[in-house]
Amino acid sequence: MSELYHVSASPHDRAGVRTTHIMQMVVVALLPAAAYGIFHFGYRAALHILITIAASVITEYLYEYFMHKPITVTDFSAVVTGLLLGMNLPVAAPLWIGALGAVFAILVVKQLFGGLGQNFMNPALAARCFLVISFAGYMTNFTTDTYTTATPLAMLKAGESVDTFSMITGNIPGAIGETSAIAILIGAAFLILMGVITIRIPITYLVTFLIFMGLFGKGGIGQGFDVHFLAAHLAGGGLMLGAWFMATDYVTSPITKAGQIIYGVLLGILTGIFRVFGSSAEGVSYAIIISNLLVPLIERITVPKPFGKGGERR
Amino acid sequence: MKIATFHGGIHPVNDGKALTKDKEIRRIVPEKEMAYPLMQHIGAPAKPVVGKGDRVLAGQMIAEAGGFVSAPIYATVSGTVKAIEPRRMVSGAMGDAIVIENDGLHEEVEWPPERDWNSCSGEEIVEAVKKAGIVGMGGAGFPTHVKLSPKEPEKIEYVIANCAECEPYLTSDYRRLMEEPEKVVDGLRIILKLFPHAKGVLAVEDNKMDCAVKLRQIVAGESNISVQVLRTKYPQGSERQLIYAVTGRALSSTQLPADLGCIVQNVDTLYSIRRAVVEGRPLMHRVMTVTGDGALDPGNFLVPIGTGYEELLEKAGGFSEHTKKIVSGGPMMGIALFDLHMPVMKTSSAILCLTKDEVARFEPTACISCGRCVEGCPEKLLPARLSRAALHGDKAAFEKLNGMECVECGCCSYVCPARRHLTHTIKSMKRTILAEKRQQKG
Repeated sequence: MSELYHVSASPHDRAGVRTTHIMQMVVVALLPAAAYGIFHFGYRAALHILITIAASVITEYLYEYFMHKPITVTDFSAVVTGLLLGMNLPVAAPLWIGALGAVFAILVVKQLFGGLGQNFMNPALAARCFLVISFAGYMTNFTTDTYTTATPLAMLKAGESVDTFSMITGNIPGAIGETSAIAILIGAAFLILMGVITIRIPITYLVTFLIFMGLFGKGGIGQGFDVHFLAAHLAGGGLMLGAWFMATDYVTSPITKAGQIIYGVLLGILTGIFRVFGSSAEGVSYAIIISNLLVPLIERITVPKPFGKGGERR
Repeated sequence: MKIATFHGGIHPVNDGKALTKDKEIRRIVPEKEMAYPLMQHIGAPAKPVVGKGDRVLAGQMIAEAGGFVSAPIYATVSGTVKAIEPRRMVSGAMGDAIVIENDGLHEEVEWPPERDWNSCSGEEIVEAVKKAGIVGMGGAGFPTHVKLSPKEPEKIEYVIANCAECEPYLTSDYRRLMEEPEKVVDGLRIILKLFPHAKGVLAVEDNKMDCAVKLRQIVAGESNISVQVLRTKYPQGSERQLIYAVTGRALSSTQLPADLGCIVQNVDTLYSIRRAVVEGRPLMHRVMTVTGDGALDPGNFLVPIGTGYEELLEKAGGFSEHTKKIVSGGPMMGIALFDLHMPVMKTSSAILCLTKDEVARFEPTACISCGRCVEGCPEKLLPARLSRAALHGDKAAFEKLNGMECVECGCCSYVCPARRHLTHTIKSMKRTILAEKRQQKG
C-alpha cells in the first residue's frame, strides 16, 4: 500500500451544477426571444447576433491568451454577453457596431476589471449604453422596411395610442430580442424552473415599476392605473428582457435576499423616472447599470442576521 | 401539518444510504495490534494507568480521565501493552496512544451483575456514564457526563435524541434504531430521570418512517417521550439546526444547548449510556458504516474502539483497487485519510471509499455571486463573501460578516457551481481567529 489516497477538506461531494451549465441554460432561455427576433426582423438579425457572439468570444480568448491567463471562453459567459448584446441592437444598425460593442463589453467592462465575476456592471448593457452614447443615430433608429413608425414607447410618450396586443406578441419595432414579451417569458419560466433565477428581483422590479407608472406615468397622480397603459409599458422597450435576463445577472445584483428586494425596487423607480421624466422614451438600460453601481452599497446594509443571533424567531 | 425543519440546507441528489440501510450490524473481531489515542474527546487528554509490558483484559481501564472535562479509555481486547507512543490520528495530527498487542484470546474482565436503572439515583447514573468514558459519539466527542451535569438541571426542558442521521451514506444510527430500539429509548429514559422537567424527543428524519413508527410503538403511552418527524435535509442533525426544528429555539455559536434548556444526545451515545448504567460496561464498541462505491461489501459493523482502519476495512470486505479517496465519516463533514494506519476512535462514524474524487475533478473557477451558498447556509451567512474575506486575510470583515457562526456543515461548498472551496477557507479563517483569541487570553 505505497500509494497515497486523495485528501482534501470536507465536503467530499459536490452538486452537479457548474458555472458552465448555468451559462448554457441562460443561452437556451434566450433562444426563444432571439429566434423570434430573427423570424421577425429577418436574416440580418441573425447576422448581428452571430457577430456579437463571435466578437465577444474572440475578444475574451485573445485577451486571456496575450495576458497569459487561463482561457475561460468555454464557460459560455462570453456567449451570454454576446447574445444579450446582439439582442439589444436595432436591426438596421451597421454590422460593425455590434462587434465594437462586444469588444467594449468584454475588454473594458469585463476583463479589465478582473474577468468573470469581477465586473461591476452588466457587460452587455454597459456596451449598449456605450453604443447609444457614441452612435445615438444608429442606435435609436428602429425603422426598417416593415416599420416606419416610432417605437410604441416613443408613441406612448407622445401621448399616442398603441396596439397593446402586438406589443405582447412582439410584432412591433424595437431591438432584435426585446420585442416579444411572450418569447422572453417562456425563457424566463425555463430559468425559474431550472432554479437558475428566482422571481425576487424581476417581480419586485416590475411591481414597483407598475406602481410608479400608475402614480406618475400619465397626467395627474394616479391616472396611470389603466390596464392598457400599464400593459403597454410592461411589454414595451427593453423592460421584459431587462427584468428577467439582465437585472437577474448574478455578478451585478446583490447576493443578499433583502438586497435583491431593494435592488428590484430601485430598478422599478429608476426605470419609471427615466421613462416618464427623461428625454428618451426608454430607461431600462440606464436604470440597471446605475443600480449595478449601487450593489456593493446595498449588500453592505443588508447583511442578514445570522441564525441564533436574533435572525430566527417563530 | 408542516414538517419541522430549519432554514437553508441542501438535498444531496445521491444520499448513498441505499447501499447499507438494509445491512444488519455485523461484529468485527480484531486480531491485530490495537491503538488507543489518549485524545478521543474534547477536553483534557486521558492519563495512562498501564505501562509497557502490562497485560490487560478487554474492558479494563487503560487511561483515566485527565480532569472533569475528559474521559477514561478502556481496552477492547486482551493483550500486552506494547508502547505508549505518538500515533497518527484521523485528524492528521500525531497524538500519544496506548498500543496493545492483541493476543487474540479476547479475555474480558468480570462484569458486574445487571441492575435496574429505575432504582438508580441521579448521581449513580452520572457516575456510571463518567466511569464508562462515554463521549458524544456523533462526532464532537464532548464528554457525556459533563453534558448531563448542567448548572441548573431543573431548567432543562428537552432531551433530544438525535436520530436524524442527515449525513449522506451513513446508516449506523438507523441500523441501531431498527435492531435495538428499546435499548436506545432506555438510554433516553435514563437521562430523563436526571431532569424532572424535561420531555424526551426522538427526532427522526422523514426518510426513516419505518424507524419513526417503531419508536412510536415503543414510547406509546409514555407522556414524557414523543417522536418528532423532521424533514429530510442536510444538516438536520446538526445540533443547532436540530434544536431549532424541534423547539423553535435558535442557538448561537457562543451558547450551549443547555442555555436554551436542551440536551442533545446521539443514538449510539444513548445506547452506550444504557449499557453503562444497566450492564456496568464501559464504552468499548461503536457502530460504523463502511460504504461508498469503492467498498466491496458495504455494511454496518460493530467495531471495537482501537481497531486499525486498515484491519476494519479488510474485515469489512475490503475496497476496490480503483478507490481514490477514503474518508473517515460521511461525505459532508468527514476527514479524508491519506493512509489507513490509524485507529478507530470513539467518534469514528464511518469509512467511505470513493472511486471518484468530486473535489479533484474540477478546478475552482471565479465566483459569479449566484447566491446558491447563501440559500444553502443553515446559519444564514454569506459564504461567498466570508470566503473572500478569508482569502484576503481580512479578519475584521470576516468577523463583521458573522463568520464565527459557521457550523462547517459544507453546504456552501457542496452547492457552489464554481466549485470553490468555501467551507474550507471559512473553516481555516475561523481556526486562525480562534487561535489568536486564545493567544491573547493566555
